[in-house]
This record gives sequence, structure tokens and C-alpha cells, in this order.
Amino acid sequence: MADPLLTLTRLDAHYNDFQALFGIDFDIAEGEVVAIIGSNGAGKSTLMRSISGLITNGASQISYRGEQIGALRADQIAEKGIALVPEGRQLFPSLSVEENLLIGGQIGRSGPWSLAKIFELFPVLQERRDQASTSLSGGQQQMVAIGRALMANPDLLLLDEVSLGLAPVIIKSIYDALPQIVGGGMSAVIVEQDISKALSVSSRFYCLQEGRVSLEGESGSQTREAISRAYFGV
Amino acid sequence: MHVDWINSIIQGVLLGGLYAMIAAGLSLIFGVMRLVNIAHGDLIILAAYLGLTVASALGLYPLTALLIVVPVMAVIGYGLQRIVLNNTLSDDILPPLLVTFGLSVIIQNGLLEIYSADPQKLDAGQLGVASTNVAGISVGLLPLLMFVTAVVVIAGLQWIFYRTALGRAFRAISDNQDVAQLMGLNKRHVYGVAMALSLAVVALAGIFLGMRTSFDPSIGGGRLIFGFEAVIIGGLGNLWGTLVGGVILGVAQNIGAQINPGWQVLAGHVVFLFILAVRPRGLFPRMTG
Repeated sequence: MADPLLTLTRLDAHYNDFQALFGIDFDIAEGEVVAIIGSNGAGKSTLMRSISGLITNGASQISYRGEQIGALRADQIAEKGIALVPEGRQLFPSLSVEENLLIGGQIGRSGPWSLAKIFELFPVLQERRDQASTSLSGGQQQMVAIGRALMANPDLLLLDEVSLGLAPVIIKSIYDALPQIVGGGMSAVIVEQDISKALSVSSRFYCLQEGRVSLEGESGSQTREAISRAYFGV
Repeated sequence: MHVDWINSIIQGVLLGGLYAMIAAGLSLIFGVMRLVNIAHGDLIILAAYLGLTVASALGLYPLTALLIVVPVMAVIGYGLQRIVLNNTLSDDILPPLLVTFGLSVIIQNGLLEIYSADPQKLDAGQLGVASTNVAGISVGLLPLLMFVTAVVVIAGLQWIFYRTALGRAFRAISDNQDVAQLMGLNKRHVYGVAMALSLAVVALAGIFLGMRTSFDPSIGGGRLIFGFEAVIIGGLGNLWGTLVGGVILGVAQNIGAQINPGWQVLAGHVVFLFILAVRPRGLFPRMTG
């Protein structure tokens, strides 16, 4: 395997006195799509918040392109080329659709993604570019959230529960766009509760349970039962 | 008789421009970072004294001194935010209140120490007494210039807020700090820029205030109240509303003074309380929470 793009080494994460992650070891290579599955409260979102810098960690616990980034702030990590599509979309309600996308691109990293490319990927957003982001449907809001992250031209895209609360047909259209997104060599970490969806788009997966990695492997390699056991802990 | 009334209404409208300038910086800071700056009035007086020192040391006209006072105040604002105020910001609204209150005391006493309690005035020269005649009513050029400046300042802030990348950053951070940081925005820096902008407006307000009336180190608190009232009357988060709020306050004060000179300030407060009772969120609210 090539040198990993991102490596987590015995990562712990805390919310005040509550420890949410215990000794997570994880890596992802350039151009790879890795899934993280696990039930509610397993620590998936905490893991995303740690990588993106919203939770600060020990410097050496997270390394990116050989550099220790665990203690950096979220804006510094964003500049290094890691973008998060946060759980629940979290668009800026005071900004229009276009402004939400533009602010994603304000870091000024060069790459294939631009406003025009996002509108090409999700044409409906072009029609609604001047509307308030809150006036869109859930699926369209998710498209804005993904577009906003892509505008930063990241090397590593973190997608946290993009299908949450959306109709199956919308989920399908968003996942259908994924090959176009990662086709350019971008790496992606996909957090999902829907196991089959996650395994179908990824090459490897990690299963979290109560803040620990309970199973990991290639996406096609594990039996349903082994995954269920790792997922539910029964 | 009725010419006097029309006259006092016009003077009130023009005075409202000054109140709107005082209020605009206050409103900006509250909008971006939910910080209520108790020292805002004292910073205005600080700017007036700064103008006095610059004008007398370099022999400049007060409005020319703005070329120095505005950038100096902006730098003070950025430094103050990065070094002191950023450390007070959290979900708790109390620490910034306490710290800016302390800052207010420090500025007042510092000014008292340096400039003494004697009232001072910025010499407006010819402009201070010049007037133009509009339909039989004499309108002072200085108040007119003050009002026009207020309109330009508010239009400029409005433009920054809604038409520039900086304004986009202000609104995004105001909406959601965490996600704004994911976009690569360093909130400590953005807050610093917002405070710099606020104190640049403070500098304008301070110089105009000093040209209009005499000032001493203790009067900041009173100006702060007028600023608060203009913001609340206009509705939180609406800059044009703030201008309307300032005008309503200025007109109320001048009509009050017309009835009885002792009622000037009281009349402003009464109108403010009335509007607060009838429309608790102000006349044109744009911001919730």
C-alpha cells in the first residue's frame, strides 16, 4: 500500500469529563474511499470532529502527509486540504445558496472544483443560487453542504451521515454523484449508519462500537454476521 | 411659532445621524459576536481626545485629523479584540460585559489623568457656525455633514455586510462559529477585523461629537445609552433601522427641549420606553435571539 494520507494513532477524544473515543488506529491512502460504520453514539461524528479540528487532540495522534496536525485549529486543518460535510448539513442560514458555496471556496486552494463545476454536478442549485439556504429541501441542502466542502478543493473529504433524514431516492442521487467527486483522486471518509450503502461505495471499512474499533477490513471481505456482531456488540 | 417646531424636528433628524453613528459600531459588534461593549461610549470619548491631541499637536483641522484617528482607533480595536476580548467570549454572555465595564472605568480614569476633567471642544472653525437656508429654515452645515456622513457610514457597512467576502465571513461566523472555522475562517482574526471596523466608526462619531459639543472624560456612558436606544428602537441587526432609531431619538430629544429645556434627555428616554413597550423587538427587527 502507498504511504497513508492520514493516520490516526491511538486517538482518544473527550467532551469535558466524558471520553468518547479510545485508542483509535486508522489510516487512509491517497485516492481511497473508506467507510466508518457504527450505531448511534459509537463515536463516528466525534471521530470526524477530531480529524477536522473541532475537537483538539494530542499533536501526534493525527498525522496528515507526514505532518502532525492533532493540535491544530479547524481553520488551519481546513487550509491543509481536509474538508468536512458536517452531520445535519449545518448550512449558514444568513447566506444564500451561492454564498454558502462561495464561503466554502474562500480558502483559495486550487483544484478542479469551482462554482460552475458544482452547478454542473447539482444543476438544481444553479436555479436556486440566490435563494436562502433554509428555503431548500433537505436533499438540496445536503447538495449545498457537499458543494460547500468541495469548493475548498480538499484532498480528503469527510462525509458525516449525508443520508440522514433524506428520502431513499434522494440518497441514491447523492451517492450516484460520489464517483464523480472522488474520481479525480480525492480521498473520502464516509460515515454511515446504512451498512450496505457504506460498504458498496468503499474499498475498506472500520466499524466503531462504544468509541473503539470493533472490526476493520476490506469492504467485501466480512460476513454479514461478523459485521452485525461488531456493529451491535451482541 | 410653528417654524420653531419644524426647526427643532430638523435639528433632531440631523442629531439622529450622530446617534446612528454611535449605535452602528455597537450593533455591528453585537451582530457578529454577541458582545455588548459597555466601553463603547468611552471609546468614542477616547477618539475625541485623540482627535484633540492630533489636531493641536499637528495643527490640523479636526476633520483632517480623522486621517490619523480612524486608522489608530481601528488598530486599537484589532489589538483589543485579539489580546483581551477574544478571551472573554464563550457561551456565557457575562464575562465580556464585566471586562468591557472594567475597560470603561480604565479609559475614563486614564483620560482624567491625562486631560483632567475640564471640558474640551474640537474647534470646528467656520464650519461650526456656517448654515444654509432651506425653505426659510436655517440648517447648520456641520449637523448636515454629520447626518450625511452617518448615511454614508451605514450604507458602507451595509455594503460590506451583504456584498463582500468579509461580510460573508461576518454573517457565517454569526450563524455558526464551528462550521465557519471548517471553512478556514480564523474566528479570532475575523472578530478582530469586526472590532477594528467598529472602532473606525467610533473614531468618526467621536470627532463629530467633539466638534458639536464640549466633552469631558465622564460623558461616555450617556452616549452609550443613546447608542443602545437607537439600536433597540430600530431593531437588532438592522443597520438602516438603527439610523431610523437614531433619528427618532434625536427628534424626541429636540421636541422635548422645545417644550422645556430640562426635558431634552427625558423625552428621548420616554419615547424609547414607549417603543420598547409597544414593539419589544424594535421597529424593524431582523435578528432573532
